[in-house]
Amino acid sequence: MSTQPSRRSFLHGSAALLAASSLADVAAARTRAGREDVLRIALVGCGGRGTGAAIQALSTAGPVHLVAMADAFRDRIDSSLAEIVAAHPERVDVPESRRFVGFDAYRSAIDLDVDVVVLTTPPGFRPLHFEYAVQKRRHVFMEKPVAVDAPGVRQVLEAARAARELRLKIGVGLQRHHDPAYQETIAHLHDGAIGRVLLYRCYWNSSGVWTRAREAGWNEMTYQMRNWYYFNWLCGDHIVEQHIHNLDVCNWIQGATPVRAQGQGGRAVRTGPDSGEIYDHHAVEYTYADGTRMLSQCRHIPGCWESVSEHAHGTLGTCEVSAARIESEGGWSWRHRGDPVDPYQIEHDRLFAAIRADQPHDEAEVGAQATMTAILGRMATYSGRVVTWDEALASNLRLAPTRYAFDADPPTRPDEHGRYPVAVPGVSVAL
Amino acid sequence: MRAHLLRSVPLLSLLLQQATARYPEAPPGLAPAVPVEGADAAGAAEMQRYTEVIPGTSARFEMVPIPGGSFLMGSPDDEPGRNTDEGPRHRVELAPLWMGACEVGWNEYQPFQLQLDRQLRAAGKAEAVEQDRWADAVSRPTPPYVPMDFEMGVDGFPAISMTQFAARQYTKWLSMKTGRFYRLPSEAEWEYACRAGTTTAYSFGDDPKALERYAWYFDDSEDAYHPVGKKAPNPWGLFDMHGNVAEWVLDAHAKDFYGTLPADAPAVSPVNWPTEAYPHVVRGGSWDDDPERLRSAARRGSNKGWKIQDPQVPKSIWYLTDARFVGFRVVRPLVPPPPEQWARFWEADVASIREVYERQRHGER
Repeated sequence: MSTQPSRRSFLHGSAALLAASSLADVAAARTRAGREDVLRIALVGCGGRGTGAAIQALSTAGPVHLVAMADAFRDRIDSSLAEIVAAHPERVDVPESRRFVGFDAYRSAIDLDVDVVVLTTPPGFRPLHFEYAVQKRRHVFMEKPVAVDAPGVRQVLEAARAARELRLKIGVGLQRHHDPAYQETIAHLHDGAIGRVLLYRCYWNSSGVWTRAREAGWNEMTYQMRNWYYFNWLCGDHIVEQHIHNLDVCNWIQGATPVRAQGQGGRAVRTGPDSGEIYDHHAVEYTYADGTRMLSQCRHIPGCWESVSEHAHGTLGTCEVSAARIESEGGWSWRHRGDPVDPYQIEHDRLFAAIRADQPHDEAEVGAQATMTAILGRMATYSGRVVTWDEALASNLRLAPTRYAFDADPPTRPDEHGRYPVAVPGVSVAL
Repeated sequence: MRAHLLRSVPLLSLLLQQATARYPEAPPGLAPAVPVEGADAAGAAEMQRYTEVIPGTSARFEMVPIPGGSFLMGSPDDEPGRNTDEGPRHRVELAPLWMGACEVGWNEYQPFQLQLDRQLRAAGKAEAVEQDRWADAVSRPTPPYVPMDFEMGVDGFPAISMTQFAARQYTKWLSMKTGRFYRLPSEAEWEYACRAGTTTAYSFGDDPKALERYAWYFDDSEDAYHPVGKKAPNPWGLFDMHGNVAEWVLDAHAKDFYGTLPADAPAVSPVNWPTEAYPHVVRGGSWDDDPERLRSAARRGSNKGWKIQDPQVPKSIWYLTDARFVGFRVVRPLVPPPPEQWARFWEADVASIREVYERQRHGER
């Protein structure tokens, strides 16, 4: 039932990771290559997003079959399977023997004769699952973020290097990269439409997300797994889990990651025992190497100004990136026009096309950098300090429990009033 | 594959029974009416305009009396821009009701959508009223992942991007809060009120050039909705029936529905009750539409594309990620139906919606 995700036993270097993939895997890969062009998928993480991702994978061109499903909870597999079958009855072949439940379920699913693994569990598990999938030489679609702490980001970067050497195709769920409106807008910015960018602003200010009430019979580990959004070892806080999209867009335009950050945040409204340990607001000022700043806000408070957007201010004009609108000095303006498309589908279409054509498709590093940018912001708001990229990435603060099991100790526990310890700026160790 | 599905169902239903109820049960009986000046009428002759107040919030909105009567529904064959689903024209008889002078705004919708009424109470900024015991038992939308106004504005602007089910649950919540029976208009009621006795393409005549005085549409909206009630009203005092946001009605969209009604007698309060999730009817056209979609008789059906960018499956039963042109307005019949029929106007009426609704109601996702 339990896995020991020991950092000590982790093989350092992509060569070691390559060596870890066994001869049997190589043989399996050959068999797969020799088979007709059916791509076989394992879904690891069967929540709403995983179900959506699986349906999108099954909607790509050419034969694709879902053959295995894994989740910590049996009921998630059942509800997910019902939805996927309803969407693609002829492309699902997941008998009881290929439905795997528990913390180790990912191994059983990935070990099967599958070509592509869809990793859509809460992000805390992503480094472990991604590393294992690469070791088994599987192509991967994984949701963002790809980690919740710096050791996890390093683990993903290491596995990404191995994946590149193995010519594996890796898609990451930063779907804005596949949205024509974003692509065209950012191409204009790279062509100098607003001159040199001096300042970015980006926001994910919304009213928050779901909670699940504690049920009788749940132990603390079950409660945290069911309410994963509110626990950092699973979610990374909403600056990591959601705001990553907007931070990633600014990095994309800048063509770089920030060198340092400072910020502030806290729990102003969402303070109840049902809200775990994450903040309800963060505001971060990032600095890139050339001095360009990025001001970022994310908030989970209902009834306030809401915005999910990115903006760039340059020497020659401004751009509402998320609205695909550019206004430059001298009266030149531009606006993207086009029918709405589904970038979530396009990201799968491109990944699967690359797999079939054996063309490069490698989004893991960009995903890891975007993830680290968001983690850097959390380190800044939790600590209240200026945090540099280098010290953040080198951090050895691991958020995961020592053991993954329902009878294991979760990394945090509520006090007698049901409240969890929360980071205190100026006091807490955040990296 | 069907076998897998069937096997999974008993387990799921077992889990549902064990789950903790997240919403309280409503008390027996009906929520008593909150007294509001002018809201009561012994008969049609006494109906007057009144201002509805949502207790425990600062939200208010105007209700306008719409006389009972009959009219010719649909458009003549020679109306420019006409679609075939607008015929045959047929006579419809309707009972008196009040209709919202304006589309429902975020100021009214957000207390329901974001549970702001509960928060105000929790923060000591509002007292619980008797009606809250009923209203708190109404399921609320899940938190939206992104701002559902799509940053076009909140204060004074029309609420948008809700599913027809979410709009109907709002009318239930509103009914509980006020103790008066509110619901969506039927398609026939909507067109009757829009025409306001006129037989032309628009309630102001046939010339789309005059639209700018009455409506926010593609040519004058600058790609966004506008605050409600800023253009000229129709002859019965209703604003934005043409344009601004398209408006949900109760009916399913069937192209041939008018042809199924008896030809020799007026249809009395017809409703094409939905049995599927798509298509439902929206009326009146929107800020994003050309003039022909704003005509009094123009009908439009919803489709799955209105949720295309929702990345979760099952897709939200509350939100439309790709229909920032859809809103609604409410009506209140002078003579409400008996309470045992109210559920038909308010509750999840399609199996796929009901399934998700039940899960969420019991605290699951």
